[in-house]
Amino acid sequence: MKKFFSLFKKNKATGERNTFLLLGVIITGFILLMVIVGLFYTPYNPTKMDASAKLQGISFKHIMGTDNMGRDVFSRVMYGSRITVAIATFTILIGAGIGTIIGALTGYFGGIGDEITMRIIDAMLAFPSLLLSLVFVSLFGTGTYQVAIALGISFIPSFARIVRGEFLRCKNMDYVEVARLQGASNIRIIFVHILPNTVGVLLSSVMIGFNNAVLAEAGLSFLGIGAQPPHASLGKMLSDAQGYLFNRPSYVMSIGLVIVLMVLGFSFLGEGIKRIKN
Amino acid sequence: MGNVILDVADLHIEFHDHDKPETVVEDFDLMLEEGEIVGIVGESGSGKSMSALAIAGLLKRHALTKKGRIMFNGTDLLTCSRKELRSYQGDEISMIFQEPMTSLNPVKKIGWQVEESLRIHHKDIDKKERKRRAIEMLTAVGMHDPEKLYEKYPHELSGGMRQRVMIAAAMIGEPRILIADEPTTALDVTIQAQIVELLRKMNREKGTAIIFISHDLSLIRQICKRVIVMQSGNIVETGYVEDIFRHPKMSYTRKLIAAIPQIDLS
Amino acid sequence: MRYILKKVLSMVLTLFVVSLCVFLAFSLIPGDPVTRMFGTEATPELIAQYREKLGFNDPLLVRYFRWFFAFLQGDMGTSYDYKMPVAGMLAEKIPITLTLAVMSFVIMVIISIPLGIYTAKYENGIIDHVISVINQIMMAVPPFFSGILLTFFFGVILKIFTPGGFVSYTKDLEGFLKYLILPAFAIALPKAAMATKLLRGSVIEEAGKDYTRTAYSRGNTTNAVLYLHVLKNAMIPVITFMGMALADMVAGSIVIEQVFGIPGVSRILLSSINNRDYPVVEAIIMGIAIMVLVINLLVDIIYRIIDPRIEVEE
Repeated sequence: MKKFFSLFKKNKATGERNTFLLLGVIITGFILLMVIVGLFYTPYNPTKMDASAKLQGISFKHIMGTDNMGRDVFSRVMYGSRITVAIATFTILIGAGIGTIIGALTGYFGGIGDEITMRIIDAMLAFPSLLLSLVFVSLFGTGTYQVAIALGISFIPSFARIVRGEFLRCKNMDYVEVARLQGASNIRIIFVHILPNTVGVLLSSVMIGFNNAVLAEAGLSFLGIGAQPPHASLGKMLSDAQGYLFNRPSYVMSIGLVIVLMVLGFSFLGEGIKRIKN
Repeated sequence: MGNVILDVADLHIEFHDHDKPETVVEDFDLMLEEGEIVGIVGESGSGKSMSALAIAGLLKRHALTKKGRIMFNGTDLLTCSRKELRSYQGDEISMIFQEPMTSLNPVKKIGWQVEESLRIHHKDIDKKERKRRAIEMLTAVGMHDPEKLYEKYPHELSGGMRQRVMIAAAMIGEPRILIADEPTTALDVTIQAQIVELLRKMNREKGTAIIFISHDLSLIRQICKRVIVMQSGNIVETGYVEDIFRHPKMSYTRKLIAAIPQIDLS
Repeated sequence: MRYILKKVLSMVLTLFVVSLCVFLAFSLIPGDPVTRMFGTEATPELIAQYREKLGFNDPLLVRYFRWFFAFLQGDMGTSYDYKMPVAGMLAEKIPITLTLAVMSFVIMVIISIPLGIYTAKYENGIIDHVISVINQIMMAVPPFFSGILLTFFFGVILKIFTPGGFVSYTKDLEGFLKYLILPAFAIALPKAAMATKLLRGSVIEEAGKDYTRTAYSRGNTTNAVLYLHVLKNAMIPVITFMGMALADMVAGSIVIEQVFGIPGVSRILLSSINNRDYPVVEAIIMGIAIMVLVINLLVDIIYRIIDPRIEVEE
């Protein structure tokens, strides 16, 4: 723990403070707190409508105001963040999970299977990720779970590529040769010997991937083909709020701000971790 | 005794990259006469390259302090304006480097790079004449088919050929001083001998004075009359190469001599 | 020349693979297209008759080749919902989406190249620090939100922009282009931030290489070293990024068109996804795919022009 806190102090050699890490921890901590507290408690019922309190501004009673149906925006943001974080996490689990397995097998065994898989993956990577998710959404249909799976699949190629690269680098190293001489099976070499060595690279890709997943989910929901009611995610809420930009700007801004903070927190965190390594 | 064209006195170079300043060159003196070849020898980190870069005006301005003087043509290169310094660089004082593989710009044609000094310093020379001189220079450094080479890129050339191109580019403005910083270290032994011979030829034909920097005393012996021996930023010995070979005063110099394979001493 | 030929061949091959994947994916979705076409009026006889007539009983590969070659000739099939040729539906929309994407690209280039060079040249200066913080924020703002912010600032506060005031290019070209400026900025800003960061890093890295020292030794000024020597080398990774960014911008336009109420390809694509009008979805995806492949080919060719080493490494 002490070591953890020392990361935020000024570096004695360079005299620089790792501001990115500090900001990243604070912002991400705030978002996570909001999500976790939201599981047990929200100031108001996020779905309870109140015709007498439509489109209110920021006040002590409603710190982000109310929406066009009189619902408390902050309570809805707490709920929506949970949906967004959940879908992004699921996306990364599928993308990183399947991507790692594909990357590990193709990188380790090589051959014609590797050749074909990489052709397909390169073709997929050449396409804008948004387009890729749209293709899968149109195949699976719209819906919260379908979107999570569609996003997950469109994240597989980038993870597969990264892990494959790591496996190509590691598979001829001495420790792998030693394991092979000791009679370890291929599966054992892949998962016990090489995989742990790719964790560092994988972790930083997960950080970037999570951000992209949040942005992609928000984009799809904004288009109305992401999470479906009753799972209102932040992107959907933002697109609902856009219509009231002129009457009640604070409604749109507060939701947008939460999305930005979520992404910013993670990218600061990633940048901060990168600087620790240097 | 010829004319002194370069007079370096009390050169101090200090780095400030870390909390504590670090002295890399101390009390460096050098007198270079017209048409002469002087060697600077020492291990890596002895300050020989730093002194050379200082003379060529290539030490970056920040994070270091320089003291002393480097008199060339009546001007002190250490204190003169950037503009005046630039007017000498590549025209009166040229430099070639250790790594011919990376010292040329990978995305520019050989011809363009060889001509560059002319383009910068002699704006009156037109394109056709520039090309003629570049081709002449490429021929002089022993390249075959210079017309074709003119249109090629560095990656199409071997290390030895690239170093010849570097020499051609450095010599095209007929400078009075050529600083050669370990020009053969990255090359094979046979290519090494050719490059040394080429430098000697340039010195003989164009009368260019050369400061030849190397960690290899036998190489210095082949090309230089006078030598400066450096160790950790200081000059430990200076004089005629033959004298130093016969009567090395310092144990450090003896060590450098001992490092030469025996065949050269016989 | 051999290099370009090789790249063209590889592009055709990829196009083939992509089109096959798209076709198979949409053919294997459960649900019969003919039933879908007739909706509630379908009778088994009518369906069987049309299945035969439209060739749905042929083997999959035969159908694929028929579809593929028809597509290349501009016949993109018929929409289930509108009962009209897809090509006709898209013809007016494509120029809008393309104009938006190209405008965004131009804005990205105009912003990022000077800023990237400037921040690299004055590395660690105040402006460099300010720009790097702004960049980090820009990259975190999703384009649809920056679109809303821009609308708010220029539409609500400055009142120099009318949201929803889109005019078609056939009626008023100037008004059309003017309306697209803000949406184009919304798409371009995050990409411009990334490109600036990339170019800055690339220039700094190249400036530390040996050949810049050689350039200085010939009497070049700092600017001459930067513009004549470093920049061309530093642009190599940036060009790859910009090619990918252009492809992303075509896709990104789809979201931004929704924000600004621009009747481009977006609306048709979204409604056809929601209504499972597959011929339309297929056509749009193939169209964007072809565009992406052409952009990649162009990037490869530009690469070849800038970096003479490419051919040797191949």
